[in-house]
This record gives sequence, C-alpha cells and structure tokens, in this order.
Amino acid sequence: MTALLELDGVEARYGPVQALRGITLEVAEGEVVAVLGANGAGKTTTLRAISGTVRRSGRIVFGGKPLRAGPEAVARAGIAHVPEGRGTFTDLSVLENLRLGAYTRRERNVRADVDRVAQWFPWIRERSGQQAGTLSGGEQQMLAVARALMARPRLLLLDEPSLGLAPMIVREIFRIVRELNEREGLTVLVVEQDARIALRTAARAYVLEVGRVAVAGTSEELQENESVRRSYLGY
Amino acid sequence: MKLGRTLVPVVSFVVLAVVVAVVPSFVSEFRAQQLAYVGIYLVAIIGLNVLTGYTGQISLGHGAFMAVGGYTTAILMADHGVKDIWTIPLAGLVAGTAGFLFGIPALRLSGLYLALATFAIAVSMPAVIKRFEGFTGGGTGINLFGIPELTASLTPVEIFGRSMAFNDWLYYLSWSIALVGYVVAWLLLRGRSGRAFRAVRDSETAAQSSGVSLARYKTLAFGVSAAYAGVAGSLFAIATTYVNPDTFPVALSILLLVGVVVGGLGSLAGLVAGAVFIQFLPSWSQEVSKSPGAPSVVSGALLIALMFVLPMGVAGLVERLRLLTRRIYDRSGS
Amino acid sequence: MADFLQQVVAGLASGSIYASLALALVLIHRATGVINFAQGEMATLSTYIAWTLTVNHGWGYWPAFVVTLAVSFLGGAAVHQTVIRPNEKGSVLRVVIVTIGLLIMINGLVTLIWGGEVRAVESPFPAGTTEIGGVAITTADIGTIAVVLAIVALLWGLFQYTKLGLAMRAAALNPAEARLVGVRVTWMLSLGWGLAAVLGAVAGMLAAPSVFLDPNLMAALLIYAFAAAVLGGIDSPIGAVVGGLTLGVGLNLIGTYVDFVGADLRLPVALLVILVVLLVKPTGIFGKQEVRRV
Repeated sequence: MTALLELDGVEARYGPVQALRGITLEVAEGEVVAVLGANGAGKTTTLRAISGTVRRSGRIVFGGKPLRAGPEAVARAGIAHVPEGRGTFTDLSVLENLRLGAYTRRERNVRADVDRVAQWFPWIRERSGQQAGTLSGGEQQMLAVARALMARPRLLLLDEPSLGLAPMIVREIFRIVRELNEREGLTVLVVEQDARIALRTAARAYVLEVGRVAVAGTSEELQENESVRRSYLGY
Repeated sequence: MKLGRTLVPVVSFVVLAVVVAVVPSFVSEFRAQQLAYVGIYLVAIIGLNVLTGYTGQISLGHGAFMAVGGYTTAILMADHGVKDIWTIPLAGLVAGTAGFLFGIPALRLSGLYLALATFAIAVSMPAVIKRFEGFTGGGTGINLFGIPELTASLTPVEIFGRSMAFNDWLYYLSWSIALVGYVVAWLLLRGRSGRAFRAVRDSETAAQSSGVSLARYKTLAFGVSAAYAGVAGSLFAIATTYVNPDTFPVALSILLLVGVVVGGLGSLAGLVAGAVFIQFLPSWSQEVSKSPGAPSVVSGALLIALMFVLPMGVAGLVERLRLLTRRIYDRSGS
Repeated sequence: MADFLQQVVAGLASGSIYASLALALVLIHRATGVINFAQGEMATLSTYIAWTLTVNHGWGYWPAFVVTLAVSFLGGAAVHQTVIRPNEKGSVLRVVIVTIGLLIMINGLVTLIWGGEVRAVESPFPAGTTEIGGVAITTADIGTIAVVLAIVALLWGLFQYTKLGLAMRAAALNPAEARLVGVRVTWMLSLGWGLAAVLGAVAGMLAAPSVFLDPNLMAALLIYAFAAAVLGGIDSPIGAVVGGLTLGVGLNLIGTYVDFVGADLRLPVALLVILVVLLVKPTGIFGKQEVRRV
C-alpha cells in the first residue's frame, strides 16, 4: 500500500514553546491510523501542522506531492480536518454547515451530496434547517464529520472526537468511522485521548510523548504490550 | 534591577525639567507660545494615557472634557472675578467629576462601543454649549482678553525678580503644571491603583475574578483623565484668552487620542513626543504643500504610515533602542 | 393627516439613505470587527467620482452610477487589503487610528482634487409628485426608497442564497473554521469591504441632490448612520435597515412636530440616540448579547 501521507521531521512551536520536535509518521491509503499520547504530547498540534493551522517546518508529502502550507490550500488538496471542538458554524444552519463542507468542490449538485452524507447520519435530513449551535455535542460531532465528508476528502483528520461526549455516543461515532473506512475506503488519521477505543478502530497507531513519536506499531502489538499500555496508554 | 528601573525615569525627568526651565531664554516669544501649547497638550495626554494606556479604555471625547475645564475657567474669571490661577484646580475638579459621572454608565461599554459613545459626546459638545447660552455665552463665547483676572495679559508679571511677558508666563505655567502632573500620575500608577489599572487592561475577567473592583478603577481612571483634560482646557482658555463652542472641536478630541498613540503609551518621552506631534502636525503638513486639502492628505497619510512603522509609538521606538543598547552593553561586558 | 404621511414618507426616504450607510458600517464590523470611521469620506469620494463622470465627461446618470459602484467596490477592497489587513492583529486602538487617518486623508484628497466649493447636484429622479392614496409624495422620495431597497434585496440574496455569500458569512463568523473548509478568508473580508463601499456610494449619490455636494457631505450623515447602526444593533444587517428607517422617520417627525428641536438640533438628537442606546442596551434592538469567552 502506498503512503498517502508522510510526515518527516515536522516541527512546530507556539511562540517560545516547542510543541513538535520532529514528528515522523505515515498513513497509507485506506488505513485508519491513530495518534495517541497524554495531554500536551503534541497530538492536536500534529493535525494542525498537517492542515496548516499552525506554522511548521519539516517535510509533509501528500499523495506523492509536497503539501503546501496554509489551511485553504490543504483543504483544496483533499484533506478534511475536523478540529478539536468540532469547528461547527454555530450561527449557521445544519444545511449551511454542510454546504460549506463542499466549498472546495466545483460540482453544482450539492443536494445529491447532502443525500449521500445523510445516509450515514439520517437525522440530518429532518433537522437541516436547525441552527447548528443548538445541536447536542454528539450531534455536532456527527455534523462535523458529515461536513468533512461533503468535501469527498482523500484524507480525514479527526481531532479528539470523544471530547466531552458520553461513552455511548463515542462508540457510535467510532463505529461510523470504521464503517466509512471499510465501505468507502476513507483514509483516516485520528487523534484520541481514549486509547482503548482508538485502538479498536485503528489498524496502526503512533504514541507521542513531548512532541516526538515514542512508540509505533499495529494496534494488536500496542494492545498486547503491557508496559506500553501502562506507561503510555493509561490502562 | 529595581534601582535601574527607577533611575532612568527620574533622570529623564530631571533632564526634561532642566531643559524646560532653560529653553525660553533661547527662543523667540512666538516659539515660547507654541511650546506653551505643547505643555498644555502634554497635560491632557498624561491624563488620557492613564485611561487608554493603563485601563485600555478608548476615548474619542477628551476634547469635551477640555471644554468643560475651559468654560469653567472662563465663567469663573469673567462672571465671578476669580483670578486665573485659582480657576485651574477648580476646572480640573469640575471636569474630573464630569468624567467620573460619565465613567459610571460607560462601564457597560468596551472597546469600539466606548469609542463611539465618546465620539458622540465630542461631536455634540459644541451644540450643547450653544444650547445653554445663558451660562456659556452661546455662539459668541466668552472673551478673557484684557480682564484683570488674567495674569500678565496687560502688564508683565514679576516672579522671583524676573519680569515675564504673557507668553513666557504661559509657558512656565503650563510646563510646571505638566511636570507636576506627570509626577502625580507616575506615583498614582506605581501604586496599587496602577497595578489595578493594568490588570483591567490586560484582562477584565481575570481582574474581576481576582478581586479587583472593576467599576471602581474604570470610573476612577475616567475621572482622573478627565480632570487632567479639564486642567488642560483651563490652561487652553487662558492661553487663547477666548472660548466659544468652536474652541474645542471634534478634531481636538481626535488629535488627543492620536497624540497618545503616536507618542506611545507609557513613557514620558513618548508623551512629550505626542504633545509635540499634536501642536506641530498642522504646520508640518502645511509646509509640505499649501494647496487646499493637501495638509490633510499629508496628516492622514502620516498617521497611517506611523501605525505601520511605529505601532508602539515613539515610546516603542525608544524602548527598542533601549533594549538594543542594553544588548550591546551586555555583549561587550561579557 | 396627509401632511403626516408625507413626513413619514420623506422620513423613510432619508431613513433609507441612513440605512444604506449603516448597513455598510455593520457589514464591516461583522466581517472585520472594525468601526470604519472613514466610511463617510469614502462615500463622499465615490459621489464626487459619479459627479465628475456626469458633469465633466457627459455621462448619463445611471451609467455613471453603475460605474461608480464598481469603482467603489474595488476601492473598498483595496483599502482593506493594503491598510486594514496588516493592522488587524494589532490593538483596537491601532485600527481606530488607521481609519481616522483614512478619514482625514480622503477628506483632504477630495478637497485637493475638486476644491472645496459647494456644488448643486441634479437628482436622477424627475421632479414633481405622485399621488398615492390621496397623498402627494415626491417622486424623488419614492425613487430613493426604491433604489436602496433594491440594493439591499440584492445583497440579501447574495448572502442567503449564493455559495459566495455563505462563504462570506462563514468568514466573518468563524474565520478559523472557514479556512479549514477551504474558504480564502482574507479575500472574503476584502469583498465585504468592497460591498460596504458600494453601499456607502449609494448613500452618497442619493443624498447629494438634497444635501449638496461638498467635501463634508457625509460628515453629518455618518453620525446618523452610526446612530442607526447602534440602534439596530451594530452586528445586525436587519437592524441597520430597521434602525435607519426608524431614525429617518423619527427625526423627521420630531423635527416637524416638536418645536424645541426644530431643524437645527436633529444632529444632537441622533447623538443622544447613540448615547442612550449604548448606555441602556449596547447591543441594540436586534443585536445579540456578546458572550465573553474567557
């Protein structure tokens, strides 16, 4: 399988604080890969570095070509980033949020895309006029994923989907992610605090510590390794 | 080091005081008058600096507080026979009270809303003055020229054995008040009030949750800055020997804010630079071109350019130079 | 009664001019969080351009109108790109000074190019009145209201129904999230400034026939526009329109029927409106309470 996304020695800083000290990882086409680690390890920053939301140095190659910096360019290249906190346009309606998701696409038939996406989230059709800010946390998370899907992305970046959500809803969301990957071949890079559920969905994972990749391997390897589980994954 | 931080401001203050004392002997009367106005503007922007630089509240209306002070002085002198010097503190008091009273409802406003509200006050002040004719003399204003309450207007005044004509007297009056005012402000800002002011500017929510009474300090800042403006307005009235509704136009309020920003919030050098800017900008612009409209183009373009080049004002430039010299000093020392 | 209705319609006409300029202010504030003190002067400049085209170059009124709108659009966008954008990250104070600098500069520029004399400007609408329901209403008033309503409707359509309009709204509301879906936020904001300049130009061109053309054309109008925007809610486009119309009618009626005020004190009344609204309900009639994020 060819690597869809490659990071090589990527660094990033917030002012004087060095958040990423050289991240090297790769995601192959059709994979679900997880990025794990404690708070402050640099997980979210890694996704931000990819989507261009934070300034970074180092090499990022996407689809065989160097990835241009800047969120607009990254979106146009086919990467959809669902940020921490969902990034919902709270003042706009559900439908408008979805239309924005399709912004980079040139085709005119947005209605068909909405139907396609509504297959995964049936409630969207009934509530398309509702103001997005009035949705529950779980619904906003699903809307964020739906919005990302509207762009027909080659790569989905998911940042902490479990944040602030009840376990049942988190399980539902990860189930949908897994199905999207299995049925549509969507490539996903997911950052998660909850290592357990992430490893059940992802094929491989990278564990970050203080801005670097500390451990990497397949999900089975990481789950079976007791010392890794205890030191890095917290269970 | 604490001593170093106190030393530099004190030294620069002393240097300034000496320069101020000596300058009139070397310049013409006309120049002395111009510099007197610089002193007056300095008083006003020292006060505005407390409001904007320290509590972060933007006021486009301080010309109105100057008007309050100016008219207080004029009315006291013309209608009640009070000698000009004694009207100055009264003008400050009246203006300060007005500022404090305005500060109370203004608490609910922040940033641009406050700028708009103060702008509205500045624009309406001339009309309000005209409305209360009986009190303020309406459109014709109040003439102070030649009345006995005005010191040195007809005959030179004797101070410390030295005879001074009107312009020199004005110069020393305004600069002594400016220097005293600066010291007072400095002391105010170093103490607990100063820290509270800065806390308000940096984060209102944080300040509030750590027990700083937001209301008290914001209104206090308004009152103090208005008082300074009132004193400046009083001096202005004495200097121009005449007040009418157009003496304190909107442009003045705008210029005061511009002076504070161009000078840079905080340092004495910056404030002096700002006052100089306010006084001389119109004439500098005219020197570039006298065609109608051209001076405004120059002033406006200059303002915009300054925001690009010196966003922290002259004070920022001075600060950068200070850091640069310290770095050179450190490097050569080690 | 007929007299009263005439005053109301006249108030609606002047109110729609305030509404146009107020809408410009609101657009810019929503998009970039700035209060553009130079909005009036920019509108004055546009009006002079239109005047020059018709008088010095013999263009017809409506072709000049359209071209002026186009030029104003480009000008507004250019101002944002060159002067505002670099200062967006600075303090509020810096941006205020920049727009004030623009105000001074453009005012001077107009005087420099065209001189300071007051000029009479022809109205594009035929003189005379039309009878509606037994009341004689000037054609100019109807025309003014119609033009403003048409432009407001066009803009509304743009924002609600087009992809571009949606992107502009998104860029103003959540710029960071908008970037993530590929919206070029900075361009959207410049577009907002361009549209605001168009609205200002409309206000100026409609006001000139009655207020006469001179460099200070928009000074008073700007204050009325501020009052309207504040009354309606500085972030609410509907508020700007409603506020403008209300203010226009209100000022006209007060000016006509309340002797104390007369024609002179209309401006202070408008200022009083600003102050009272800001002190009682800063967010205006339609504005939303600002949630302070800690």
